Amino acid sequence: MNQQDQCKLQITNRIGLRFLAVCMLAVIISCSDYEQTVTTLDELVIQDEFNTNGAPNDAIWSYDIGTGNNGWGNNELQFYTNRKENVSVQNGYLLITARKESFQGSSYTSARLLTKGKFEQAYGRYEARIKLPWGQGIWPAFWMLGADIDTNPWPGAGEIDIMEFRGQDPTIVLGTVHGPGYSAGESISKSYTLKNDRFDTGFHVFGIEWAPDYVNFYVDDVLYNQITPADVPGEWVFDKPFYILLNLAVGGSFVGSPNSETVFPQTMLVDYVRVYK
Amino acid sequence: MKSIKIISVRIALLGFISIMLSNCERNLSGDVEFAKFPSNPEVFIDGFSGGLEYFPFGGSKPDAFSVDTDIRYSGTAAMRFDVPNVGDPAGAFAGAIFPDNGGRDLSGYDALTFWAKATQAATINEIGFGNDFGENKFMVTLNNMQISTAWTKYTIPIPDASQLVAERGMFWYAEGPENGNGYSFWIDDLKFERLGTVAQPRPAIFFGEDEVIETFVGTTINMTGLTQTFNLASGLNQTVSVSPAYFTFKSSDVDVARVNENGVISIVGRGTAEITAVLAGVRAQGSLTIQSLGAFVAAPTPTRNAANVISVFSDAYTNIPVDFYNGFFAPFQTTLGGADLTIGGDHIIRYTELNFVATEFKNPTINVSQMTHFHVDIQIPESIDPGDFISIELGDFGANAAFGGGDDSSGRVTFTNTALTRNTWISLDIPLAQFGLTSRNNLAQIFFISDATISTLLVDNMYFYK
Repeated sequence: MNQQDQCKLQITNRIGLRFLAVCMLAVIISCSDYEQTVTTLDELVIQDEFNTNGAPNDAIWSYDIGTGNNGWGNNELQFYTNRKENVSVQNGYLLITARKESFQGSSYTSARLLTKGKFEQAYGRYEARIKLPWGQGIWPAFWMLGADIDTNPWPGAGEIDIMEFRGQDPTIVLGTVHGPGYSAGESISKSYTLKNDRFDTGFHVFGIEWAPDYVNFYVDDVLYNQITPADVPGEWVFDKPFYILLNLAVGGSFVGSPNSETVFPQTMLVDYVRVYK
Repeated sequence: MKSIKIISVRIALLGFISIMLSNCERNLSGDVEFAKFPSNPEVFIDGFSGGLEYFPFGGSKPDAFSVDTDIRYSGTAAMRFDVPNVGDPAGAFAGAIFPDNGGRDLSGYDALTFWAKATQAATINEIGFGNDFGENKFMVTLNNMQISTAWTKYTIPIPDASQLVAERGMFWYAEGPENGNGYSFWIDDLKFERLGTVAQPRPAIFFGEDEVIETFVGTTINMTGLTQTFNLASGLNQTVSVSPAYFTFKSSDVDVARVNENGVISIVGRGTAEITAVLAGVRAQGSLTIQSLGAFVAAPTPTRNAANVISVFSDAYTNIPVDFYNGFFAPFQTTLGGADLTIGGDHIIRYTELNFVATEFKNPTINVSQMTHFHVDIQIPESIDPGDFISIELGDFGANAAFGGGDDSSGRVTFTNTALTRNTWISLDIPLAQFGLTSRNNLAQIFFISDATISTLLVDNMYFYK
């Protein structure tokens, strides 16, 4: 009944009728919430709300620096740094910024953050609220790698892409798993398309619910895919700790190169990263 | 849930009524809503939407438009446009406006969309909305829209929908023959939409360039290259040409230059001012820096008897027919400008980025064999350094009165830096003999040459006399 009281309070002028509609909608939504079986993955394990200006919290995040092997395995064009020009926390957001600049033999710079060795966990709910950059050849991602990757090379270690995005497809994100026998072009993937909206004009929540026998992918309040051991044509490797990565790549086989119309710099804004168990 | 709803409605009505009552005793509250124009988004779905009219452009093929019930994207009919062949006596092109003269409130939409196809791949010259045969205040044009034989959906973004609260121009187009040949195209499901995916606005003025111009008090300059670019859901960056009224213009010094809402810059004082613009809160790329040299001093008015003069360019005499004042010879020529400066009714030629430039008058050539001198007034509004020079060259096309043919002759007279003074009219009277021409019966060209040592040159009163 609290919702009703709220309605009463808000109806104080001519646009009360509009509020009424909103309130009634709220009543309906919350009522159905009560009836829904909500996931039990609601115990917060780690969170970064990015509320301290400066460099990201080094208790949680470290960096991949450079160009990796063959552009991090994907022919990516950027040189990753941990300079403040490429990664910083400002006004409550983590900013990962891709720049067009000549740097150590690369034409672009950007950043890739990871929790390897600092936070690794099997199972749980992983989500981040992100406003994405845009344009041809822009490739941001929020993803995870198996923590044993140094001794169990990719794709054996497993990869869960909670969110990948092609800057030239501003309404579409992808959620994917890679493992032995189902990696790269054969990965298990599904896209989610926003209706009458796009991912680079506002914040959206990207998440997975990961349990021993499934990985659920969701955007905001929409669950759009579930992948189970039955869906993968190989070993199910999602039964051990993984670590989290946030990065903004430029170019590479997944997106193609930027073109003359791609606007730089491009910034991926992360409002928070939260992990529950 | 039902009972909650009913209670809430009663509460709402009570609140509503009490507010209305209290308002009666006061002035208009901020909640007053003014009468709105209808917000019907449909232009042509299977027929004319309510209020829609059809007016072809003058000179266009008046029956180029028809309603086709056979070929259509969906529903029962589509708009068909038959572009005429070159030479069609009915009209040289297809073009029309489709206004709703009652006006519509389009502020809730972000694009005009339609499906289209054609009998052949083609490029439609202009297509858009906001043309009402009136002020065309909020006109938007998609230039060179490529169309194919497959039905394709097109999106023409609205630069700033908040401006379109009483818009009349629902749709317009203009298209000529392709390589001389007519063809047909169809448009269906033409309507305004709120796509929610028209984003990342990047307005521009002067095509996004930072331009600099030297000029004088009393001149006016039109804003050009006004565009708005949006990124669409498809990833396409769609640029449209937009009218000045969508922008808010700003002058950094209104004592030097002012811009009105039609994008006309007036130079009102001496000094420097930068013109910038904002569209719907977004700073437009591009600017114009005006360096106003102050009051313009006109070149001395010629006083020679018109009977003894053959004039090429002067407000004091009747001029011969001139083909051009800047025949741009790519790729060697850099010179911009021409006879496009008017100050207080005085026409002046202004060249910028000068290396060389020609005025040509070969239709017909002129006979200056009876003349003794060439006169010209020049002004150089920049510093004159050692090595700077201006050469004036005359070209005669010879007996065949045409370029080439082995009978042409030309000759030049050069003025070096010591003969030149900055920011003042320099009146030159050059004996024709100094040019060393073999013939002066078929004169056709006057060149100014600086090899980029002098960049900006004003020219007035070019004539031959005796």
